[in-house]
Amino acid sequence: MADPRPMASIEAVESGLASQGYIASRQIATAVYLAEQIAKPILVEGPAGVGKTELAKAIATWRGLKMIRLQCYEGLDEAKALYEWKYAKQLLYTQILKDKLGEVLGGAATLHAALEQLHDFGDVFFSKEFVEPRPLLQALEQEAGCVLLIDEIDKSDAEFESLLLEILSDFQVTIPELGTVSAVVPPTVILTSNSERNLGDALKRRCLHLHIGFPEQKLEERIVESRVPAIAQLLRRQLVSFIHDIRTLDLKKQPSVSETIDWARVLVLLQAGELGHDVVKDTLNVLLKYESDVEATLPHVTTFVAKALRQNVFG
Amino acid sequence: MQENLHRFFRAARGAGVRVSPAESIDAMRAVASVGLSDREVLRDSFLLTLAKTQDEKRALGDCFDLFFAAPAPSQPANTPGEADQTASPQASGEADAGSSGAGGSPTDGVGPLAQMLLAQDRAAIQAAIATASNAASLSDIRFFTQRGLFSGRILDAMGIARLRDDLEQLTVDNPALAERLAAALEALRENVRDAVSQALLLYGREEAENLRNDILRNAPLSRIEPRQVEEMRALIRQIARRLRERYSKPRKRQRRGHLDVRRTLRRNAAWGGVPFLTAWKRRHRDRPKIVALCDVSGSVARVSDFFLLLIHSLHEVVSDVRSFAFSGHLIEVSEILETKGADEAMAEIMSKVGFGSSDYGSSFTDFERLAMDAVTPQTTVIVLGDARSNNLDPGADIVRRISERCKRLVWLNPEGRMTWGWGDSEMLRYQTFCTVARQCATAQQLERAVSDIVAAYQ
Repeated sequence: MADPRPMASIEAVESGLASQGYIASRQIATAVYLAEQIAKPILVEGPAGVGKTELAKAIATWRGLKMIRLQCYEGLDEAKALYEWKYAKQLLYTQILKDKLGEVLGGAATLHAALEQLHDFGDVFFSKEFVEPRPLLQALEQEAGCVLLIDEIDKSDAEFESLLLEILSDFQVTIPELGTVSAVVPPTVILTSNSERNLGDALKRRCLHLHIGFPEQKLEERIVESRVPAIAQLLRRQLVSFIHDIRTLDLKKQPSVSETIDWARVLVLLQAGELGHDVVKDTLNVLLKYESDVEATLPHVTTFVAKALRQNVFG
Repeated sequence: MQENLHRFFRAARGAGVRVSPAESIDAMRAVASVGLSDREVLRDSFLLTLAKTQDEKRALGDCFDLFFAAPAPSQPANTPGEADQTASPQASGEADAGSSGAGGSPTDGVGPLAQMLLAQDRAAIQAAIATASNAASLSDIRFFTQRGLFSGRILDAMGIARLRDDLEQLTVDNPALAERLAAALEALRENVRDAVSQALLLYGREEAENLRNDILRNAPLSRIEPRQVEEMRALIRQIARRLRERYSKPRKRQRRGHLDVRRTLRRNAAWGGVPFLTAWKRRHRDRPKIVALCDVSGSVARVSDFFLLLIHSLHEVVSDVRSFAFSGHLIEVSEILETKGADEAMAEIMSKVGFGSSDYGSSFTDFERLAMDAVTPQTTVIVLGDARSNNLDPGADIVRRISERCKRLVWLNPEGRMTWGWGDSEMLRYQTFCTVARQCATAQQLERAVSDIVAAYQ
């Protein structure tokens, strides 16, 4: 499934992603290529729904790697992201081994001797057996390598960022009781952020910074084509041109690529052959998520539809 | 090439992109792996490795275009400078005539620079300018006043002294050739001047901006000229961004030492209540609540303008702002400021309450009637005004009541301490009720004052 040398060039990346239905701009392809070449994580920023998470998925399926996803939220900590001790198992084992412990220690004459013997197997309960690996540790342990997606890093606390630094720069983590665990194969790391808060400089410094904005008209048409193959070329062009017009308005939430695709699907379902005033009005709520946005857009619909139709004549 | 990359990094720093050594190493590695052949890819690689915000990407993109538009010695074919274009047609025509007539012998006696100029070898000239620029460390240029200095140094390094001698010699021996040389020299000067101007654009921008901002920060707000208002606004926005970055950190602090029993029990329910994981009590920090009263009469108006702009751009830091403006009487202006642009809002406020003579007594009475219940023990009340009440009732008792209700009462006065209490100033009377009373006349003082107010909540 995976190419022998999948990352040979930027073009190879571009076509590889395209084979998974992810139409990447040149800049995205360059970022993915560079991330592999100089072994750096990619920090992807941009508005919601432009395909940040999708990028990681596409890379994973293209290269036939496992994708490990860590969804960030406020209050996410070491125990949920990195590793945790299996307390219950530890407890259970101590209970079961109680008799055995008595046996072993029974032979000791003095308290000191008992302690000595205890030291000999003292680390039994803090060994790898009892570690529950969480996403970050799992990612390091994958023997074939993997794609690690750290989603919406801006939602986590500032402390969590610092926890990531070691992983991002050296692909290793330190567990106090066990020592340092290094990656078998450095994973491809992708962080996404919606710029809800400013990330720390230390984190940014360790990453390639990729900003994915709304795509250009041509590119968006290709994206729709690959995602909704059933749509007619005529309608596709009109639809994308209409959405680009909407994005020029001052809205609370601009329609992004995912909404474009949803809308295209809806239009195909409704068997619309062409963009029409009524169809657009009825399905505008697929595109816009706020009532005030819909109200702001309604007066412009006629103009935009006319423009989209006209453009098609000349384009 | 490495040399060029280093110069590009310096230029990028000049454009306001923070390029750390580690990032420059990344960029070098990226360049090594993508190669130099494709300009777009190279540009993307720099944007990916060096710029870490959208603003930085824009600045770096511009910087890249400017930098690599420079006549690099490795690309001889491009860059026809304007000077060359005008000079070269006749010059080359003459050159043909001259060389066929004179047989090339007169050029043997002259220095290398003159030979180069006469030979019209543009690539060599550009290369020579680049080398001389390096020798004169052109990338150290910071201020526009240094342009002449650096042009001189570059020309010196290229050997202009020898050229002058040659020119003198030729005027006697071969006037036609001398004329050509003089024209070429003029073109050369222009090229050098262009190179220096471009270097100034690349390397000097940050320094020039710093200098200008520094002057602006310490200029009295009430006396800045109209043309500087826009720059001042930009500066205020910058200050707001800085304050936001400093104070919008999460407002939860773990307090070690106080066990949160309920949360600990809940968290450990899975292990039969044996407390493996502890939960500690947290202390929530309040976000600042601000009530601002701004005098908008006469000379104080400008300061109020900037103050309101600053306070209202601190959304992430301050949870709740209510602003009031007054001169003769007082109105609430929060909504105007929230919904309109800076210019429009100020114009509307001025048309409603501005241009009167200030009456602190009646304004404070208005406030008590209108919005006294907005003042809670979490509120900081900020009064911005010169406390000159035209010998009318100062309303000091209301100020006392406000100060009793609120967390802090801060008075910002555009006038210096020396004048407080003189003439019709009631400042000394008000000051006794204030938690802090300070002068606030420049952007810098404004930043300090607001920063202190917000910091009191941390």
